[in-house]
Amino acid sequence: MSGNDSHGDSPLQGQSPDASTTEAVKQQAEPVTNGAPFDASKLVTSRNRITKDIRFRQMCIVTASASVLILVFLLGSLLVSGLPALSWTLLTGYPEPEPENAGLWPALMGTLWVCTMCALITLPLGIGTAILLEEFTPRNKLARNVLSLIQLNITNLAGVPSVVYGIIGLTAFVSMFSLFDDADSTDGPSMEMGAVYFDQFSNVASDPFLNTGDADARERYFLIPVDSRGAPVTVPKTGMLAYENGEAGFATVEILAIDPFTDEVSADADIMSRTIDNTSTPGRISEKQWYYLRLPFGRGVVAGALTLMLVILPVIIISTQEALRAVPATLRAGALGLGATPWQVVWNVTLPSAIPGIMTGAILAMSRAIGETAPILIIAGIVYIRSAPQHLMDDCTVMPLQIYNWIQRPQDEFHEIAAGGIVILLAILLTFNAVAILIRHRMQNKLR
Amino acid sequence: MSSELDSDRRLPQLEQQVQTLFVRDRRSLSWVRIREKGIFLCLIGCGLFSLLITGSIIFVLASETFRFFQFPDVTLSNFFLSTEWNPLLGNTKSFGIWALISGTLMVTAIAMILALPLGLITAVYLSEYAPRRVRSTLKPILEILAGIPTVVYGFFALLTITPFLQWCYSGFNVYNAMSAGIAVGILCFPTVCSLAEDALQAVPSSLRDGAFGLGGTRFDATVKVIIPAALSGIISAFLLAIARAIGETMIVALAAGSRAQVTLNPGDEVQTMTGYMVQIAGGDVSNFGMEYYSMYAVAFTLFVITLTLTMIGNQIRKKYRETYE
Repeated sequence: MSGNDSHGDSPLQGQSPDASTTEAVKQQAEPVTNGAPFDASKLVTSRNRITKDIRFRQMCIVTASASVLILVFLLGSLLVSGLPALSWTLLTGYPEPEPENAGLWPALMGTLWVCTMCALITLPLGIGTAILLEEFTPRNKLARNVLSLIQLNITNLAGVPSVVYGIIGLTAFVSMFSLFDDADSTDGPSMEMGAVYFDQFSNVASDPFLNTGDADARERYFLIPVDSRGAPVTVPKTGMLAYENGEAGFATVEILAIDPFTDEVSADADIMSRTIDNTSTPGRISEKQWYYLRLPFGRGVVAGALTLMLVILPVIIISTQEALRAVPATLRAGALGLGATPWQVVWNVTLPSAIPGIMTGAILAMSRAIGETAPILIIAGIVYIRSAPQHLMDDCTVMPLQIYNWIQRPQDEFHEIAAGGIVILLAILLTFNAVAILIRHRMQNKLR
Repeated sequence: MSSELDSDRRLPQLEQQVQTLFVRDRRSLSWVRIREKGIFLCLIGCGLFSLLITGSIIFVLASETFRFFQFPDVTLSNFFLSTEWNPLLGNTKSFGIWALISGTLMVTAIAMILALPLGLITAVYLSEYAPRRVRSTLKPILEILAGIPTVVYGFFALLTITPFLQWCYSGFNVYNAMSAGIAVGILCFPTVCSLAEDALQAVPSSLRDGAFGLGGTRFDATVKVIIPAALSGIISAFLLAIARAIGETMIVALAAGSRAQVTLNPGDEVQTMTGYMVQIAGGDVSNFGMEYYSMYAVAFTLFVITLTLTMIGNQIRKKYRETYE
């Protein structure tokens, strides 16, 4: 048996053909020279071998169907516990502390924001790198070495655990190596853009300590714009213009300012409702545009998107490379022969024919980004987020993180809604997968 | 006579036209050249960005780990030799990484006992035995299994596998290494399977035909010819799967527990390196304290282990690809 084994192995050890033939000759010659007795029982084993083959085939079928069974069991147990928990509240509600009112809406919007940002950043970068590696042949030794270094680097980056990327994101994007002031400090972040700050005053009429006789005076809030978060507190003066966030949206109102201890209080209700106590301290509030930008990024949407970018960039590069490799070389050669420049070949010939493959890879990578929990958990921590993100730096949570949050709690009710959340998450991911598989199937048919 | 005059008059005009055409062409050519250069530089920038990522990973981990060892309570000998990991509670803090590594190895070993044989046999079936129709249904199923988020596997481990294990044998803790290991094994199974199948498919069919020609059954061809020929690819698939299991986070964070200890009992609670990182990041540990930096030291250890495994795996795979291409 052992002799048989070595015989089977010998051509596979990568020996040169000469060596293997001489060995084969030697082995053929051996029985003759040794005069080993001819053993017929060793030859008549074909029935044994065939039964072995059949047994092995049966074992294979059993293990392969085990994988199907696992999937069916996994999906089945999730559906059994998750489907009853599905409700409209779960989809559109906020993560309330009572399980029957809790919902996924902020997490859903967070996933949408983070993954859209992530796709916008990662796709150009990843496709660009793949084009560089596949379509541009290096002309000198240095370029060749750099390209092979990049290639090696990408294959190794694909194996780095995502939790490590989370740690890198925490240092590089959330706190930016502590080069800038903390985003949560009182002075605010070092640099910001797209935010307007206001001092908020309330009117005198509603102040219980200055009862002006009008018991049901409406409480009104006036916003006076200031330059920055750290600007000195505004002292209200009569005749100042302020914004009021009324029922009809923002309106400009002329305000009056009095010192209630020294000045005379007017009896006119309308005037009083526009009057501000000029000794009061206002609250500073901010109005942020959707593109609000600050350095460091803090635990917001952008930091999450960039961290996920680190996770899926190698995946996108590798799948795009495979798609580009599948484009027949004759197409490129034809375009080059017509006088196209390398970029024109890429843009007009290679990319259009590789698009289905690239899209398949991109969709699968995005579905990975949607399901990725660990890096987001590391950078955001377990936080209680009550609203959908409003701007790029807003704190956010994502669906898998919210689900993790619910699984972690001891109460069974939370486990039930977690199962419901998982069903929603899986529905999204399976849709993504199905689209990717469809695109690939169509592409294969076209190539045939 | 008149026609000559005409042509004389026309000639400079034509010449001018031709000249402008050439000038425009030249201009457009130089524009094309600039565009080509610019785009090429952009692509180079994209490529260098991936190098920058690796650089920053190493820089961040190394510098923050260095800062961790600057704390007076932390010593290198304690970190590398002790088996007691007790960073949060008590007066005597101890940072012995072996407690976390043993937990990680425990979960990984359980996962691999499950995933490696199953994955390899399924890969052999898919590559050598399965009819085309079975193949075309099994492969998408494996892809779906591979695409399920890890937090879902964590849920499955904590709320389905653990109760089942406790029903089988009551000695299992609520958090135990066994159930996390089984879930990680299910997670790694598609990885092993598809990578091993790639390796088996890469074996030239001439070897297969040779084995059949010598009268071998499919089993003979597979076990004696194809698997030895694809061995390097299979080993690389195993190494990559082990690296993936070591780096797996959400399953162990949910199902394996949070008590770092060296134990051989699979029914007991263990903490892995990734589980510790999640515990620190999710808990309310003060930023920039000793515990916070210990997270970086653990991450660095994890990074070195997984990077070594991935690099060896990729190197082996590259080798076998070269042999048969």
